[in-house]
Amino acid sequence: MKFLKNAGVIAILLACLVVWILLPWYAVLALVVALALWLVLTRSGRLALEATRIGIASLPQRWGASSVIVVGIAGVVGVLVAMLAMGAGFEATLKQTGNDSTAIILRGGSQAETNSVITRDQVPLIGALAGIAKGADGRPAISPELSQVVNMVTRADHTDANAQLRGVGEAAWALRPQVKIVEGRRFNPGMRELVIGQGARKQYVDQQFNDLKPGSQIELANQIWTVVGFFASGDSHDSELWADGETLASTYRRNAYQSVTVQLDGKDGFKQLKAAMAADPRLKLDVDTTRHYYAKQSEGLSKFLRVLGIVIGSIMAVGAVFGALNTMYAAVAGRAREIATMRAIGFRGLPVVVAVMLETMLLALIGGLVGGAIAWLLFNGYSVSTLGNNFSQVMFQFKVSPDLLWNGIKWALGIGLIGGLFPALRAARLPVTEALRAA
Amino acid sequence: MKYLHLIWAALFRSKTRTFLTLLSVVTAFLLFGMLDSVRVAFNSSANVSGYDRLITTSRLSITQSLPYRLQTQIETVPGVKKASYATWFGGIYQDPKNFFPNFAVGPGYIELYPEYVMPADQLKAFYATQDGAIVGEALAKLHGWKIGDTIPLQATIFPTKGSNNWNFKLVGIFHMNDNKRKGEEKQLMFNWKYFDEANDYIKGQVHWYVVDVADAGQSNRVAQAIDKLSDNSDHETKTQTEQAFNQAFFKQIGDIGLIVTSIMGAVFFTLVLLTGNTMAQAVRERIPELAVLKTIGFSNRSVLWLVLAEATLLVVLGGLIGLGLAALIMPAVSQASMGLIQLPNVPAATWGLGVAMMIVIGVVVGLLPALRAMRLNIVDALAGR
Repeated sequence: MKFLKNAGVIAILLACLVVWILLPWYAVLALVVALALWLVLTRSGRLALEATRIGIASLPQRWGASSVIVVGIAGVVGVLVAMLAMGAGFEATLKQTGNDSTAIILRGGSQAETNSVITRDQVPLIGALAGIAKGADGRPAISPELSQVVNMVTRADHTDANAQLRGVGEAAWALRPQVKIVEGRRFNPGMRELVIGQGARKQYVDQQFNDLKPGSQIELANQIWTVVGFFASGDSHDSELWADGETLASTYRRNAYQSVTVQLDGKDGFKQLKAAMAADPRLKLDVDTTRHYYAKQSEGLSKFLRVLGIVIGSIMAVGAVFGALNTMYAAVAGRAREIATMRAIGFRGLPVVVAVMLETMLLALIGGLVGGAIAWLLFNGYSVSTLGNNFSQVMFQFKVSPDLLWNGIKWALGIGLIGGLFPALRAARLPVTEALRAA
Repeated sequence: MKYLHLIWAALFRSKTRTFLTLLSVVTAFLLFGMLDSVRVAFNSSANVSGYDRLITTSRLSITQSLPYRLQTQIETVPGVKKASYATWFGGIYQDPKNFFPNFAVGPGYIELYPEYVMPADQLKAFYATQDGAIVGEALAKLHGWKIGDTIPLQATIFPTKGSNNWNFKLVGIFHMNDNKRKGEEKQLMFNWKYFDEANDYIKGQVHWYVVDVADAGQSNRVAQAIDKLSDNSDHETKTQTEQAFNQAFFKQIGDIGLIVTSIMGAVFFTLVLLTGNTMAQAVRERIPELAVLKTIGFSNRSVLWLVLAEATLLVVLGGLIGLGLAALIMPAVSQASMGLIQLPNVPAATWGLGVAMMIVIGVVVGLLPALRAMRLNIVDALAGR
């Protein structure tokens, strides 16, 4: 019978937890306000508040045991937030790269630039399509680009990593106003000169293992290239090396482009372009807004990291719940006489339950805050890189957003809720006389 | 050993507490078992022992192709037994989410991988069928393919006659005997000659060579000799062992080791704290009992050992259950996902490391309470002071 009752409580609790994790912030706020009102306005609420005050006053005496709850929950929240921050950072980097006012054109069926081929004779055809904006010079704003994966030496362990080398013309700078030179200058057309994104600058060194700086020489395809500048874009272009498209084409003997990026004309530019593209049988190409294209590229990995984070977080949370249960059971047992006294002088069951719960939730809240703070201090802005869809390294930073921290605190409170409920129920059910008699 | 029943009885003196602690130890080691197996698998998938193969790719970048005529040159290098080549195809089956590696292979490629087990007549049929393809067992099961089926692939790089639609005839299914490498059954290979004729873009180009060397000890020298063939040409090569090649690739995906270690650190820090707290409580509650033990003649040292053994027993018990659960869950997940997710089995290395950690953690958490128990003054303890 007792077992059934406990199983029932657990089932209800799990349902509550799922709802709790999904709850938006304003609903949580409403719950907190409701609880506060109940605590202040009703008689049993005020009693519960008094009981909580007594419990919290004795916390410093039990600090060692209580810190187990805090540290345990901090561990769960820290790991969870860090894992989610990794996925969020990757997603943000790729999402920022795209927008709705430019579109990228790839060969039909190819998923990424590496796989795509756009022949030179197709480029003027693309430029003539409807829906493409005109640049300042009155010509269509299109940027045919080469994409070449090259081996660069990593700073970390001097091994080769795949880097993206992009061959561009003048139009590329105009189409991507977010790409700004922060040191040195742009490359000159016709010269073997490179400008390097600030992410790539941090990750790679030249062949002599020296840091990259203006004037550094890098050997690519048996040719010496000179680094003339560095750019910052705040998105996935930061992982790239840029060079003059024509020079790159002659060096790698490439006579085709990989992608064409275009500026869209007005609101329905994309629709017009898509229709025009479909109507021209000479162009078997795919067109997509850059926002959608880059978002799609981040989909797989961010989803994987999110699932992984939640699975590991859940397993750890289970462990933390047992820890919290243990500690709170011990706390209730240790204060059996105190609780029994309270009950004897007129505190009913509910205030006692609420008091133990509030105490656990307070510890859980501290744990959640500590864990979130640690994740934020250690990982916010921490740079890592992974292999992206283009078969080249994409650098990104962990992004511990307020959203994730809020999520972490919700997890912490959820763990506190379960960890506190059973000990609280036991406290309320303690037989008064027996507890008073016990030594 | 003769005190085992005593330790056991002490352990279960407070059932709820021991049970809850045990469960948190179990979860910690369950997580440890799963993560560490993945870590070991990542490092050892790069460690294909027993096969002395070299991989030759373009030095410029992994996507750069090499001329296929290099094969005859490579085979003349002393120490090379056999060489074959492959070209990445990267086709999509129905949906990009169905990703599996697919590539065109030259003659003799499959024979270089004796661990890919396949009936001889199927291999013969593969070479005899122009548009023939072979796949691994797991992949065939996943998509319900059987021999004789036509497999349509959407090209992402290489169109054929202006269209992206390629069709391959399934003529053979191979399998891996090694359970740890079942993941490699998720690939499709077809004839390079057919690819070379039918694709619109490149002729006579390959992406990598596989080279079988006669003597593994000579690998380095052979690799250098192969790279020398194309020195200062427009297709310089980089030759490395299969292990090194795989390792470099996995490293680029992300630092698995770092992530796993950080998570493990957080988990075990929490665990040590939790279990330590439980032991401290257990000893605190039992002070009078321990005093009685001392009164009836147990030495200080025996009491120390008793408490230490109790803590270690608790951690080892929970740890073994946790690792055992991991060993049960991981193959079950792999099985339930029909090869979609390949989780490795818990390897011996993980078991070894796990047991060592159980003992260390047990001693660490038991030490303070055990010392306290040892230093108990009988008179004070009995009087409850």
